[in-house]
Amino acid sequence: MTWEPLWLSFKVASVATLVTLVAGVGIALLLSWRKLPARDFFDAVTSVPLVLPPTVLGYYLLVIVGNNGAVGDTWKWLFDGRTIIFNFEGAVLAAAVGSLPLVVRSVRLGLESIDPNLINAARTLGASPLRTLFTVVLPLAAPGIIAGCMTGFARALGDYGATLMVAGSRIDGTPTASIYIMDQMLGGKDENVVAMAAATTIFGVAMLYFANKLTRRLHIHRA
Amino acid sequence: MPDPDPPKPAGLEATLRLARGEFTLDVELSCPPGITCVMGPSGSGKSTILALVAGLAVPDLGRIVLGDQVWLDREKGIAVPTHKRHLAYVFQGLALFPHMTATHNVMYGMSRDKPRAERMERARELLAKVGVGHLGSRRPRTFSGGEAQRVALARAIARSPQLVLLDEPFSALDRDLRKQLVDLVRSLVAELGVPLVHVTHSVAEARMLGDQIIRIEKGKIVARGKASDVLANVTSLDE
Repeated sequence: MTWEPLWLSFKVASVATLVTLVAGVGIALLLSWRKLPARDFFDAVTSVPLVLPPTVLGYYLLVIVGNNGAVGDTWKWLFDGRTIIFNFEGAVLAAAVGSLPLVVRSVRLGLESIDPNLINAARTLGASPLRTLFTVVLPLAAPGIIAGCMTGFARALGDYGATLMVAGSRIDGTPTASIYIMDQMLGGKDENVVAMAAATTIFGVAMLYFANKLTRRLHIHRA
Repeated sequence: MPDPDPPKPAGLEATLRLARGEFTLDVELSCPPGITCVMGPSGSGKSTILALVAGLAVPDLGRIVLGDQVWLDREKGIAVPTHKRHLAYVFQGLALFPHMTATHNVMYGMSRDKPRAERMERARELLAKVGVGHLGSRRPRTFSGGEAQRVALARAIARSPQLVLLDEPFSALDRDLRKQLVDLVRSLVAELGVPLVHVTHSVAEARMLGDQIIRIEKGKIVARGKASDVLANVTSLDE
């Protein structure tokens, strides 16, 4: 029994959460802008990883960042021949794309809970749009942002299908926790399956518990 | 306490036209330094006037000038953004920042050219001046209605505005508290020497405050002048 897969999943999920934090806040801000052209369309595109089968999602990612595509080529050029697919970056990408809709939804909830007059007040007090964003909007949306990150982290920690397609079954010789569980099950090592499943479950439940607490705080904040 | 070199007092001149569905606002305002009370029943367009003057909404046609500054001229395509109009706006719900202390709320609108310690000191002075010096390190959630109004007023004057807009900030208060705050507003405006546009539907409040009264109904001005003339036989706007 090794805990290396859990540690790898933890690293992948941590980096993926950082990526989704930045992308999720940006997309949520964009989607909360009522004048955005084709807002409903972009909203649907952002949410699509929730409904696609993981293998379909993985296939699309392979097409977009694979070695024959422009993104994959640019990455190789930038990082000395290193590819996104079948590497740590691929696992991060697969986990991030899967958890992005959860982060975006939670951040939007946080943004929509803000009284518009607080934003108007900041403007009348001389705050530029950027200062308003960093001193009023983001701090007030913080519970939603943090809850989104926690849910996204829990989701990223357990990614299986898309990760398998984009990053393969091993990253530098180590599988992620989800892939390890499948490997051990196929090998008949039930005790390893139970241990790893229990560890990921405890971690995931803890994350969701704290995410729920933060979301409740968001509602108290509004009152 | 205003900045050491406050800008020269100037009057507000505004022509505003806005059509939204069946509602049409069509007003011409002239507000010299002092208090102008804009009165009218609910839905008459009085709060819309403040939003337009502040730049939170844009009229279909119009021009807004404060002294020699043109804030808006639809014909010439001029529209100074809200954060560059040097005004103070006290919202009906006050809109105090819930995640900041009273001191930080008051500091928010101050020019950041001055050192932070100086701004903090001035915020404390202003809170003391409006009678809530003891609230400095507390957050709005813990304030009573009257305390919140005072903090909102301190925040409004902290940036030495050239125009003050009040949107029925005292509507939820009892009569005694309202009288105290009206007196406070009077003294603050006298000190700042700038125009203050106060939206209210309270005849008593308008009588106590207004140097000039503008009565508005269905988006049109129906009377303007001194309180003694405009409100001579009026006891309630719902009559």
